[in-house]
Amino acid sequence: MSTPLIAARAVSFGYDDRVVVDRLDLSVGVGEVVALLGPNGSGKSTLVKGLFGLVPRLGGTIEVEGKVGDASTDHARIGYVPQRHSLAQSVRSTVSEVVAAGRLPHRPWWQPATRGDRDLVARAIEAVGLRDRAHAEVSTLSGGQQRRVLIARALAGQPALLVMDEPTAGVDHASQVVLTEVLGRLAASGTAMLVVTHELDVLADVVTRIVCLDAGHIDFDGSPGAYAAHLADADHPHVHAGHHHDDDSTGGR
Amino acid sequence: MLALDFMRQALVAAVLVGIAAPMIGVFLVQRQMSLIGDGIGHVALAGVAAGFLTGTMPLVTALIAAVAAGGAVEFIRLRGRTGGDLALAVMFYGGIALGVVLMALSPTGTPANLTAYLFGSLLTTSSGDLVLFAVLAALVMGVTWVLRPRFFAVAQDEEYSRASGLPVTALNVLLSVLTAVTVVVSMRIIGLLLISALMILPNATGQLLGRSFAATIRWAVAIGVFCALVGVTTSFYAGTPSGATIVLVAIVCFLVTAAVGGLRARVVRAQHERAERHLHEHGPACGHPAVPHGDHVDYLHDGHRHAAHADHWDEHADHADRSDPAHVDEGVHR
Repeated sequence: MSTPLIAARAVSFGYDDRVVVDRLDLSVGVGEVVALLGPNGSGKSTLVKGLFGLVPRLGGTIEVEGKVGDASTDHARIGYVPQRHSLAQSVRSTVSEVVAAGRLPHRPWWQPATRGDRDLVARAIEAVGLRDRAHAEVSTLSGGQQRRVLIARALAGQPALLVMDEPTAGVDHASQVVLTEVLGRLAASGTAMLVVTHELDVLADVVTRIVCLDAGHIDFDGSPGAYAAHLADADHPHVHAGHHHDDDSTGGR
Repeated sequence: MLALDFMRQALVAAVLVGIAAPMIGVFLVQRQMSLIGDGIGHVALAGVAAGFLTGTMPLVTALIAAVAAGGAVEFIRLRGRTGGDLALAVMFYGGIALGVVLMALSPTGTPANLTAYLFGSLLTTSSGDLVLFAVLAALVMGVTWVLRPRFFAVAQDEEYSRASGLPVTALNVLLSVLTAVTVVVSMRIIGLLLISALMILPNATGQLLGRSFAATIRWAVAIGVFCALVGVTTSFYAGTPSGATIVLVAIVCFLVTAAVGGLRARVVRAQHERAERHLHEHGPACGHPAVPHGDHVDYLHDGHRHAAHADHWDEHADHADRSDPAHVDEGVHR
């Protein structure tokens, strides 16, 4: 088995007095597209932010491609698409300018953008179907188009794994269709993904594995087929109660 | 006018400030911290007065006070929201009050001196100061220019920048320190109470003229230099304080630009033709034939030509055959 792109072992994330994610194991391997499901408040976003060091880690270890360190330290390999309903717009900025930020970690602070950087930015914008709008101001774009800008920014860093926090939430149907196409193309090109979502239907074609989070623990981890069976079980309350795992039974596959 | 030593020095100082202040200011606007420069200026006054009282160069003591205030601003911001706003108020008002009191206590601190530092004066830039100003201004411009993609990224999305491994806190502290240095460089010609205006107003005008972040900065710097030169010249002939005159020129620039821009947008909107509403997004794989059209691509949709514009599609069909490549929505488009 190849080294996972990211492997979290017994990680806990939270704030001073509150543990949100409790001793959880999760790894994502090459070529996997993992949907991270769970009710509001179950710790999905905290887990994702924690992987990038944005929420204090209270315990456990994170390895990126076998090296210890959170996802922000190995920026070359893991791209982050935060949950945003719109981009900050206190000054004018174009799609290209926002996406170019995805290249910054890949060059020293004193070095200006190279032709290679600009090519990767243009390719990332094209990959999310915004080539026509590369020089448009982000404030003039629709919500769905702005989400694609965020995806392009992460793609500009040529990540092996893309971690996305609710990329399809609050987006109209036409934009969801385009987002699904974009994610499908990325999956086909071999980009692994970890997608926090409430809308599994939109991603159904590309997802290879489903992880369900509940109250900071993993409640289900398996294939989409097994998930359908799990849901059928969950319709019988007493059976569902028996399905509540402890962390030692949730070590991925 | 140019025959006078002090005027040549004032004009050089004006150009330095006209470039440096808007360059730093754009990131303050982006971070929605437009008034921070003003607060740092208040604290710098305490430094100036301490210089007068102790017989040290006011420029040096002001620099120390301002940089300390800049660091404190970031520290308070980093500690979180609760009480941060009040802490800043205490620091800023404490700074200016201390400055006025120390100035009154010092034997050389006359009310005329106080006014010159608060509102700017043509007469106060000595050639010795000018060299130091030039060095500091060059430092601010150089560092800001080299790091501008990083400052932009951090101000645009701090969380993402942190997740991608940029040294966010260090960049924020550095921006704060550069702001403080700019305040001190500008205090003689613009004045401590007005320097923030030259950081912000040219950017407000630049926003109206530029269609990208890069263009906004270019406009802001051009406008900053223009306002500083016109302001200093006017101040010389009208006998008014230089800083206040420069700021009034900057406000006139902003109002004229806003008025002209508003009129132009109204005209352009009247001529602009939207395609019928459709939920479909055109793209390389949408199935509609793509037709290159000048600098963009039209998509043939039921016999019409649709082109991307902002979040919708424009109708480009009716003028597709014209030899004139300009299309109806030019202006808002670029």
